[in-house]
Amino acid sequence: MGIWDALTGRTKQARANLDALFSLPAAAVTLQTASAFSPTGAGSVCYRAAEGAAFEQTQQDLVTLLDNDDDPDVERSTDSFGFTWLLARQAPDDLAALVTDLHTVNTSLEAQGFGAALLCSLVGFTDPAGRRLGLVYLYKQGTFYPFAPQGPQRRDNLLEIQVRDLLADDLPIEKDLSRWMPLWGAPGL
Amino acid sequence: MARTRFINDRGLTARMTLVMFLLGALFVALVVGLAYAGGAAFGGGVAVVIGVAGIGVAWWQWYNSDSLALKAMRAREVSPQEAPELHGVIDRLCTLADMPKPRVAIAYTDMPNAFATGRSPNHSALCVTTGILDRLTAEEMEGVLAHELSHVAHRDVLVMTLAASAGIAAGMLTRGAQYGMMFGGGGRRDNNDNNNGIPFWLIALVISLVVYAVSFFLTRLLSRYRELCADRSGAFLTQKPSALASALTKISGEIASIPSKDLRETQAMNAFFIAPAVSGMTLRTLTSTHPSLEQRLEQLAKVSAELGKPMDGGFPAPGLGL
Repeated sequence: MGIWDALTGRTKQARANLDALFSLPAAAVTLQTASAFSPTGAGSVCYRAAEGAAFEQTQQDLVTLLDNDDDPDVERSTDSFGFTWLLARQAPDDLAALVTDLHTVNTSLEAQGFGAALLCSLVGFTDPAGRRLGLVYLYKQGTFYPFAPQGPQRRDNLLEIQVRDLLADDLPIEKDLSRWMPLWGAPGL
Repeated sequence: MARTRFINDRGLTARMTLVMFLLGALFVALVVGLAYAGGAAFGGGVAVVIGVAGIGVAWWQWYNSDSLALKAMRAREVSPQEAPELHGVIDRLCTLADMPKPRVAIAYTDMPNAFATGRSPNHSALCVTTGILDRLTAEEMEGVLAHELSHVAHRDVLVMTLAASAGIAAGMLTRGAQYGMMFGGGGRRDNNDNNNGIPFWLIALVISLVVYAVSFFLTRLLSRYRELCADRSGAFLTQKPSALASALTKISGEIASIPSKDLRETQAMNAFFIAPAVSGMTLRTLTSTHPSLEQRLEQLAKVSAELGKPMDGGFPAPGLGL
């Protein structure tokens, strides 16, 4: 935010940046070859539901659009912070279809002027040992970071750092570690 | 393609810019007035030194505002382990707003309030009292935190310090002029022959008193505009204007019902609070640091209507372009 915006109190809302989402399938291949992690086929979008009829309508249209095909219906849930999660499921080997679903949610909300309400998207991975890993996409930065929960309120930082180094060439990784926000109990993990 | 529902309030921006311009002009008037009154007399130099000292004090207060304010409130910085919910909400709001996360502190007092301070978004602190944590629901608390984060993003501590600097300098000069009258009276008479008879210190006293009075009302006016701005941005950030509205209603009612004995020690902090802790009624509309509850609720209702409108098509609304 520039000085003039600060002085006049005009908040430029941070714009969502969606393009990097499509580099996920390539990153998943790298992850599968270099480590044991493979996609679970579940992915979710987290956003802030605005009050009023306009948002309700947008969300309704969106769910109808995504459910109008053969794959499993999207699931909607609200977390303890008041954020809404839309969970989409696809076959584990078809990550491209999942990313398309997530992208649809984002572009629809953005087209109706709710781009500022988008928090993050998450795609779930798991390994044979049962460890969970989420690749989280931050819209406002246009970057990814790994999130590996290990029981309630604990995360596997070592694994997260390994994944970061592994995917450094495939994805724009968030460099500022303080932005690696924990997402406990996120749907899709 | 990317569109936003955030609409600038041009009227508010214009009024605020005008007040800031007037404050700047006031500062110039102070300097020029003193230069004319002082002329070549040695008093002019002293006046400049006193003025600069005043600005220096203001700058120091601004530069250390985060630690000073936290100390004044006897607040304690808390880690994510100590207050996971509070940190979680702030984490998410900062990610939504794409801004650095401020330090988080809790003040152990029953007065329900929250404030943000710090010289820049990178050196800022956000403080809530245990009183506000007890009284508000999670959603209302989020509205309040978004309001405070907007203050950080708008650099309100810097803006208000700049705005107050004319007043601070004038206040210091008033003091200086009083001392000048007491001790400098003898020295003045030596080079009285090339002057029109009115002692320089008297003119300086009058000028600085006038500047101080005008700047007092202008600063308060600006402070009220900044609050409205923060309400607006905060409501757009959480997308829930009604949560902030309900929080404001709750806090304002609570604060008015608290005996004034508790409030005296916190009066110096009022400019940065979410709702003022003073319940005096005299000259209230002109001198209060915060806009009235009605004004704030009215604005939040407008934001709510803005969010509820369909972006394109739907029911016709005049002036709603694509």
